[in-house]
Amino acid sequence: MKHSIILTGCLLAASGIAGNCLAQTGEPYIHDPSTIMKCDGKYYTFGTGGGGLISEDGFTWHGGGVRPGGGAAPDAVKIGDRYLIAYSATGGGLGGSHKGSVLTMWNKTLDPESPDFEYTEPIEVASSLDGDDCDAIDAGLLLDPVTGRLWCTYGTYFGFIRMVELDPATGARVEGNEPIDVAIDCEATDLIYRNGWYYLLGTHGTCCDGPNSTYNIVVGRSRNVTGPYLDNVGRDMIAGGGRMVVAAGKRRTGPGHFGRYIEEDGVEKMSCHFEADFDRGGRSVLAVLPLLWKNDWPVAGEPFEEGVYEIESERRGYALELAVDFVRIPHKMHRFWEKTEEPIVPIESQTLADVQDGWGDGEIEVRIGDYMFRPHQKWAVVAVPEAGGYLGAPYYKIIIDGTDRALTATADREVTSLPSFTGADEQLWRIEQLTDGTYRIMPKKVPGCDTQLALISIADSTPTLGEFDMNSDNSKWNFRKR
Amino acid sequence: MVLILGITAVSAARKKAQPDLSPYFTGSTTTPAQPDSEGFIRRWLILEPIEKPNRSNTVFTDSYLREVLDNKDFSAATLPRDGEKVKLGKQTLQWHSLDSEKFNVKLFRFATLLEKPHYGVIFLVATAIDCEEDIPDVRMSVGSNSASMWWLDGEEAVLLSGDRRMVQDDCMSRRLTLRKGRNIIRGAIINGPGMSDFCLRFLNEKGEPVNNFTVSTK
Repeated sequence: MKHSIILTGCLLAASGIAGNCLAQTGEPYIHDPSTIMKCDGKYYTFGTGGGGLISEDGFTWHGGGVRPGGGAAPDAVKIGDRYLIAYSATGGGLGGSHKGSVLTMWNKTLDPESPDFEYTEPIEVASSLDGDDCDAIDAGLLLDPVTGRLWCTYGTYFGFIRMVELDPATGARVEGNEPIDVAIDCEATDLIYRNGWYYLLGTHGTCCDGPNSTYNIVVGRSRNVTGPYLDNVGRDMIAGGGRMVVAAGKRRTGPGHFGRYIEEDGVEKMSCHFEADFDRGGRSVLAVLPLLWKNDWPVAGEPFEEGVYEIESERRGYALELAVDFVRIPHKMHRFWEKTEEPIVPIESQTLADVQDGWGDGEIEVRIGDYMFRPHQKWAVVAVPEAGGYLGAPYYKIIIDGTDRALTATADREVTSLPSFTGADEQLWRIEQLTDGTYRIMPKKVPGCDTQLALISIADSTPTLGEFDMNSDNSKWNFRKR
Repeated sequence: MVLILGITAVSAARKKAQPDLSPYFTGSTTTPAQPDSEGFIRRWLILEPIEKPNRSNTVFTDSYLREVLDNKDFSAATLPRDGEKVKLGKQTLQWHSLDSEKFNVKLFRFATLLEKPHYGVIFLVATAIDCEEDIPDVRMSVGSNSASMWWLDGEEAVLLSGDRRMVQDDCMSRRLTLRKGRNIIRGAIINGPGMSDFCLRFLNEKGEPVNNFTVSTK
């Protein structure tokens, strides 16, 4: 009962404007969010029509971003110590003119309160006329980490997606560079690079139809930045190919305008909009999802959902548990080889009431052990949105289901459980899905420690806090419902 | 239930030929040993098994282990002497200083080769490690069959409860400091039916074996 009350609290707290713990909070209303940029500790994204969103922590977003020029579907990239913003002036789209223009401009900072905040004069880098098989809007930028060259894709459902090369020093089109056709019938394309592959992401489906928008994000990949970009069945995106990255779900329709954000090795996120968040009256909202990689294909992870879980160590597959006596379940053993006429009577699962009296009221250490779906192994993970968050999600408390006993980081860089959740930073946990689908779990703060540490399996049966290492299964966990 | 209290030394150490415990053990020498290439400590004083009948290993809960194993005779920060005999109830048991041929110390074979009880028993082990300087932020890493309890200089370091299989790096202590000079390790391994063995080493913060110390049973 306590648990359901807490869940309700979460829903209400997050939805001061209506919503739930799956979505960004605040006023995350935007269409065509540009790739999220971090500038002086804050997060920024710009959208269609001008302006943009700002967030202090990456979870709660408000308006206030400044991006002049209006127009459609901007993108952003940081080059050196400056930010290059690309956006487009549109002729009207759909039933209107397809005379478009892609422009770029620089700023030293994205913080409109900074004295350094000043955009340079926009430079046109691509354009289309009404008779062209291209609509020169919806720019996407890639600073190639291999070559240092700067690329810009643009275009819509009206003909080709094209690519031009820009000068990373000026943001202008490289002299003499001619557009290359790389896809058709996408919108809001974006280029990214990883592990020897270039990826072209585009939005397919029907735009701007709220809860009925069929928008979805697809991808093709190529060993060369100029293509051809093929999907998972070998179909060229210039023939309409594309492998799904994210579609509608969780009461949200119309994902569009991909952006990639790399926290660190193994921790990546993607931004997009959902054209209609049903829990926010069908408004278009910013979404930040885990970005997973499966066989070198990008796939959107699911937002973490509150619930009761086994927290399984990727190291051996054992489960995080309280270090308490294992209480056996009474059971009459049968000889396996003898037929019995006794009726089959289900065995009752062990309950908290069966075992809790033996736990005591004080601190109980935690360890990792064979998962037996017992009460000391069932953790309720509950959002604490009032404690803020990090890029894409709120902090969570991790408590033994049916109790207030909370997983707690200690000053000696270990983990334990304390009988009550107090809201202290050492009892707040950051949960992020990694690129391989497992999870990283980190306390908001380790008392007396300035280093960001993660929950680690230092031994098969022993958890601790240590530095996260994507190349070690010691650093990875799974949340399982079983 | 508390059967194992009040170990009494009944004879001084005296040197005599060790029984043949090959291929699992050889008698240790007076020359200090090094941990092996993976950091496992192979030189141990092992007490002949203490009878503690248990038909199943499933009884080894945390509470049971603390009741049966956690006593000062087991955890003392002193080193027994090779050949020393102690009396427990009707049993008179002898300490043996041995070098294990394997990284995992085969207690079951120790008992059977000595023709001692090998099921329903408690093994006590002890060794000393000598450090030239403090070695901070290391962990005692233990695997044992079945349950066991370990102490460093008399302080509990690791508890392995339940019906355990011997697994390298199964359980680790919190971060410890091996002090400059002598550090005494004591362990008590309890087993009902089945095989019994253990392995122990120290690992640093990076998970690397710690081996800048010597091991002695003298």
